[in-house]
Amino acid sequence: MDSAPPSSTSSTSSPPTPASYSEVEASTEFGQLRRSYRNFTFPVTVAFIAWYLLYVVLSSYADSFMGTKIVGNINVAFVLGLAQFVTTFLIAWLYSRYANAKLDPGAAALKSRLEEAE
Amino acid sequence: MSAPLTTAQDTVPLAAAVASEHRTLIISLFAVFVLATLAITVWAGRQTKDATDFYAGGRSFTGFQNGLAISGDYMSAASFLGIAGAIALVGYDGFLYSIGFLVAWLVALLLVAEPLRNSGRFTMADVLAFRLKQRPVRTAAGTSTIVVSIFYLLAQMVGAGALVSLLLGVTGDGPKRLIVALVGIVMVLYVTIGGMKGTTWVQIIKAVLLILGTLLITILVLNKFNWNVSSLLGAAAEKSGQGSKFLEPGLKYGVDSTSKINFISLGLALVLGTAGLPHILVRFYTVPTAKAARKSVNWAIGIIGVFYLMTIALGFGAAALVGAAKITAVDKSGNTAAPQLAEAVGGGAGSTWGAILLAVISAVAFATILAVVAGLTLASSASFAHDLWANVIRKGETTEKNEVVVAKIAAVVIGAVAIVLGMYATKLNAAALVALAFAVAASANLPTILYSLYWKGFKTQGATWSIYGGLISAVVLVVFSPVVSGSPEALFSGSDFHWFPLTNPGIVSIPLGFVLGWLGTVLSREEADIEKYKELEVRALTGAGAH
Repeated sequence: MDSAPPSSTSSTSSPPTPASYSEVEASTEFGQLRRSYRNFTFPVTVAFIAWYLLYVVLSSYADSFMGTKIVGNINVAFVLGLAQFVTTFLIAWLYSRYANAKLDPGAAALKSRLEEAE
Repeated sequence: MSAPLTTAQDTVPLAAAVASEHRTLIISLFAVFVLATLAITVWAGRQTKDATDFYAGGRSFTGFQNGLAISGDYMSAASFLGIAGAIALVGYDGFLYSIGFLVAWLVALLLVAEPLRNSGRFTMADVLAFRLKQRPVRTAAGTSTIVVSIFYLLAQMVGAGALVSLLLGVTGDGPKRLIVALVGIVMVLYVTIGGMKGTTWVQIIKAVLLILGTLLITILVLNKFNWNVSSLLGAAAEKSGQGSKFLEPGLKYGVDSTSKINFISLGLALVLGTAGLPHILVRFYTVPTAKAARKSVNWAIGIIGVFYLMTIALGFGAAALVGAAKITAVDKSGNTAAPQLAEAVGGGAGSTWGAILLAVISAVAFATILAVVAGLTLASSASFAHDLWANVIRKGETTEKNEVVVAKIAAVVIGAVAIVLGMYATKLNAAALVALAFAVAASANLPTILYSLYWKGFKTQGATWSIYGGLISAVVLVVFSPVVSGSPEALFSGSDFHWFPLTNPGIVSIPLGFVLGWLGTVLSREEADIEKYKELEVRALTGAGAH
């Protein structure tokens, strides 16, 4: 069963035919699922990479700003570094919440439609 | 790392050569870890019956278990020994590693983990070759998997070498080679006997030990400063002799315009590398569903994030309580800062608790290295067997049983390579070395992964150009960089054939990988397989037909 790597032909339990995949691909429900997924992940990816690169560039070219002390020996650089941790945790949490609510139900419905297609 | 720290060498006596009774303690602790994990490996081996068990642990792990295992795979000698050392020597600039290594997980979470789990089977190439021509794409992806893993292996072995120097004395070349060989042999046993199941359990145990060990040191460090981070930073800055410069970016990378670009190059490689690391990607196959893959990444982000926060205490703690002079006396690039800090917070050299903590943290560090090396060996030998041997050399004309036998043979060969590399490992910082593996992964693998999943018109020629172009440019730029020649810390410090000024090639090779993927596609006369892409898209998003 391994001659053709992961294609529908190498699956053991009644695989959906390619036709049903393209049917689903053309359906409005799938279009909506794809839009929901991309509407979240694409802009957020651009945003967190821009935010991270801003931090890296500031670290390289804005030494005196980054060295400004806020409390005691804690400076702007330290706080911005910790802010990267906070935004990472926050985005991970927001995405999971979004995926559980907006993506999983639609994906599960389409999956069962495909697997009962035969 | 070209740390600007040459003040140390002559003033401090070699802090190496730990007293022999303490050595016995370290060896005993490490032996307990090895025996316990080998027992689990044998148990896991008995449950490994088919290729899915061997490559993907039977896809039976939970999101939490896999999250721990991912953390175990990810928190390598680079994270533990390398970052602590980088911060201890160059202050704030070393902290970039912690930040980049963590933020990078969002790329994996948002764009890669779930679709990969849904549409692949055993290796990264399963997804890349899904709708493209199997043989050229698998050959390219298998090659880059092995190259990335070997760079990563080198970094781990450098960490092992540094530990051995600390524990046995800098001159112990014979014992050092013996220990490196032992590490290699144990690692091969994990992989060949236990497969993915055994290796996953090793990662889980190691992750727990590493988190507990780091937490203990962090508590002891913070306690010494009355839980005041500001006074910890102040003490580190004072002891460094650099004053508040030590707490600001730029000590290492702010020197001139080249070093500033170097910093950005490193930052790019760190944030884009994770989602292209083969040994991390195959971990997503060990869980049953995409939802479990998402959960495992979330756990990993939590665990790894907390760990990297603790590197602040480790790094600045080592700077304050051990001092750069004593660290560079043992290891020039700082890889021994964490165990030396453990000894210091326990009461210093000669004290009982100092010795015990040094032993515990050293044993944890060895366990860390051993587990990561096993994960790398498994991923690269699996790719060799599944991609190169079964699908390219045998063109699919083989059984899965034979494939697994080939994977085990490949693991022995890769283990031998790791042992040889470890014996001649250099004096480079482990985090800087791992950053090279990240650069190669981000240049060679990430563009093709993203194009495959999200670009309908992507073609075979785009994949091969991108993978080979990213791979070759990254490796060539490293070979002609100050990492390999022309600097005191270089692999061949005696000669100078470098012409590329940066120590990390990311800023050149990553955009090149993306551009070549696009160029190869638009110049290709092959028809893109749109039907197959539709199937990939539906499978990736819904999980229908997932293995």
